[in-house]
Amino acid sequence: MLTITIAIFIPFLAAIFVPFIYKRVRSRNIGWFVMAVPLTLFIALASFIPSVAGGKTYIHTISWIDSAGINFTTYLDGLSMIFGLLITGVGSLVILYSIYYLSEREALGRFYVYLLMFMGAMLGVIFSDNLMVLYVFWELTSISSFLLIAFWYHRKKSRSGAQKSMIITVSGGVGMLAGFIMLHTLTGSFSVREIIATIGQYTGESLFLPAMMLVLFGAFTKSAQFPFHIWLPDAMEAPTPVSAYLHSATMVKAGIYLVARFTPVFGGEAVWFYTVTGVGIFTLFWGSVNAVRQTDLKALLAYSTISQLGLIMSLFGLGSAALNGGYSADSVIYTQATFAALFHLINHSTFKGALFMVVGIVDHQVGTRDIRRLGGLMSLMPVTFTAAVIGSFSMAGLPPFNGFLSKEMFFESVLIIRNLDIFAMGPLWGSIIPVVAWIASVLTFVYSMIIVFQTFLGKHQPDRLDRKAVEAPVGMLVAPSILATFVVGIFFFPNIIGNYVLRPAMAAVYPPFKGAEGLVPHISAWHGFNAPILMTIGVVVLGALLYFFLRYWRGIYSIAPMRWNLDTVYNGLLLQLEKGSAFLTRTYMTGYLRDYLVYIFIFFIATAGGGLLWAGGFSIDLSNDASVTINEYIIILVMMGASVVILFAKSRITAILLNGVLGYSIAILFVVFRAPDLALTQIIVETVTTALFLLCFYFLPEWSKEKSTLSSKMGRGIIAISVGSVVTVLALVVQGNKMFESVSVYFEDAYELAGGKNIVNTILGDFRAFDTMLEVVVLFIAGIGVFTLIKLKAGKGDKDVEDQ
Amino acid sequence: MKINDVILQTVTKIVVFIILTFGVELFLSGHNNPGGGFIGGLVLSSAFVLLYLVFDIETVRKGIPFDFKKIAAFGALLAVGTGLGSVLFGSAFLTQTASHFNLPVFGETELSTVVLFEAGVALTVVGVVVTIILSISEDV
Repeated sequence: MLTITIAIFIPFLAAIFVPFIYKRVRSRNIGWFVMAVPLTLFIALASFIPSVAGGKTYIHTISWIDSAGINFTTYLDGLSMIFGLLITGVGSLVILYSIYYLSEREALGRFYVYLLMFMGAMLGVIFSDNLMVLYVFWELTSISSFLLIAFWYHRKKSRSGAQKSMIITVSGGVGMLAGFIMLHTLTGSFSVREIIATIGQYTGESLFLPAMMLVLFGAFTKSAQFPFHIWLPDAMEAPTPVSAYLHSATMVKAGIYLVARFTPVFGGEAVWFYTVTGVGIFTLFWGSVNAVRQTDLKALLAYSTISQLGLIMSLFGLGSAALNGGYSADSVIYTQATFAALFHLINHSTFKGALFMVVGIVDHQVGTRDIRRLGGLMSLMPVTFTAAVIGSFSMAGLPPFNGFLSKEMFFESVLIIRNLDIFAMGPLWGSIIPVVAWIASVLTFVYSMIIVFQTFLGKHQPDRLDRKAVEAPVGMLVAPSILATFVVGIFFFPNIIGNYVLRPAMAAVYPPFKGAEGLVPHISAWHGFNAPILMTIGVVVLGALLYFFLRYWRGIYSIAPMRWNLDTVYNGLLLQLEKGSAFLTRTYMTGYLRDYLVYIFIFFIATAGGGLLWAGGFSIDLSNDASVTINEYIIILVMMGASVVILFAKSRITAILLNGVLGYSIAILFVVFRAPDLALTQIIVETVTTALFLLCFYFLPEWSKEKSTLSSKMGRGIIAISVGSVVTVLALVVQGNKMFESVSVYFEDAYELAGGKNIVNTILGDFRAFDTMLEVVVLFIAGIGVFTLIKLKAGKGDKDVEDQ
Repeated sequence: MKINDVILQTVTKIVVFIILTFGVELFLSGHNNPGGGFIGGLVLSSAFVLLYLVFDIETVRKGIPFDFKKIAAFGALLAVGTGLGSVLFGSAFLTQTASHFNLPVFGETELSTVVLFEAGVALTVVGVVVTIILSISEDV
């Protein structure tokens, strides 16, 4: 279906138009135009729900670099449907919220361009079937996230937060790229569907495990899993709508998407099971531990997001056990974990989105998000309070909110895994998972209560707030209210989601289980006094106790192991890296052009000359060469004379002119050898460079006699002569050894193949048009680079423009 | 100090048009004869550079009020855009096509999409060369 392909590009197209519209409509109303984009896409996607629920999938391919296996293939199935609905649905609400949240003094045009760019990139990630295309979009989400975090770039914290998230997620992405290439080496395909179909034959290969770990590295960095979670709290410097959208509902779930998408590829392996489950469970625990100690509401939500992402991740790990040994009646039970994961994924987006918006409202209305200064806002901001209660209680896992349902299923899944007898999991390890999960849930309950009670109940402290607390304007309350309605609505009608959205997604994660009995359980709020409900009751009781006695045990956060901080490690590493690279650069970047030329030439001699020596390919065959005519000798002699005389030139202008003699002689040689294209190019390039030389003349220092020792002169002489000999030998060797069939025969058919009689130009414009196009782009970038370096540099004594 | 360069200026006024015509000719003949977008662009930019050298920057800017950065950007966009154009017609990226048309003045003429691509190359070259030379010369 072309619709899906177009859906990816619509946000990008809209992003192009935003600046023009913003020039006309310089007010917050620009947001309505932007909001139409995700809303339309949401409706368009939703129209596919019935057919996707019926088991249909849609695929569309645009041929791109077919010879390298890279095509623009989009694929819509149940799994991408869930994410697509979240991206467009939450996206619409977030834009609606931003219309009222962001002041008109902000650079709204820029904001919406970045946001639309992100939306398109995110849709690209989830709809791409080709791994290379997926990777490009993946990095594009990191870049747009960087831009959005640094939206208030005059703040130092915003910039460092943006840099941190960029460094961590992009290095994960590059690792993932390596994993994708390994998968391609194994299976010979970049298509996820084809890899899933054929991976079974390759599980024993030595590249299989590294590929798995690298893909997981990408997923864990993006989804802020321990120990890569440290970027997420710093990313909270972004405007709150961005945090709600990118850093809780969509972008951080890209890693989860990747894990879900690759479960059919790697699932069933013990390493995958232990890594995903272990990292997920620990992240769940660590996030919840750290969330409790936060005093900034947004930081608290950031850690809670880390924790919840860990929960979803661990569920995908648990669910992958079902794929061990293929389909059987016993293994279906393990798929429940994945079902719970997908369900919680949706639930988390609803309640966490609402909570972020609530925190944004509080911040916007009273000017602080510090819970020590907040309190007693319940009667002043009743609607906000209601949304906060719904969101927090759902996160804590209380009825009647959707978080209760998925939390129960989570408990059930961790209990089931105790019975697992594959992967050599003993009773001890089997019990650790439910215990850690339960402790983390208790802490989740505690911080959920902190959000509600410390912000909205307790004593109101008007003198410690920047502004008088009043309820937010209606427009700002609409989006969180809609999300809160979903939180309650999903609790009462969970099976609508289960049957229409989760069923096809389960089929996508478990291809061998398609249509199996029990793959899509019936979700019910009440299923008797079983272990999960007892665990929930335990969570509430212990959580309430811990919340009431919080001030007595908060002291444990100041004892040694709790003060250890991964941020310190990160900052230290970054500092060492900067120091190390500065040291290394200073040792060889001397500022003398001649030194750099020496490096380049030595490298050339070592690789090209060394390569020749190593390969031993010195057989020179001159028998087929044409004889050298007298005028060729003359030109060569002129060139040799010019190059030798340059060494003894007394003034710079003489040297430049002699250099010009060399260049034009080469052009004449091209004419003699009947290569008019080359000759023309050479003459014009020579002319333009001379003009450039004349310009630079102004800036060059006086040409002074260089005082250098004999030994350094000798050294340079040896380098110069070696370069000359290597080039000469190389040229003769290449001429004399035909290792491959000549490709020029192919180009001789240029007129039939490309319709042009000039072979050089058909190569440039048709056969190798990709190279030419990229060269043009590089040329353009270089031009802009020169312009910015010269025009925008700070003069001596100018003030630092970075900090404002 | 005012340099007397009447002769240079007078010659340039004529020569520039010859160079520019030559540049266009090279660009157009590139398909079947020596020439093409890159060379054509270089010749055109050398004409501009000559103008800037002989007359001062301000005078030339009055005569040719283009922002050469934008020309370069437009060229790069055109080169990439023609590649995307073929995708819209269902062919692979950067596929070029040509056909013969009967035009009123020129008679039977071959029109090719590669000309657009080459035009992108030429414009980028002109834009970048002039931008670099102008930026360096203005940095005094």
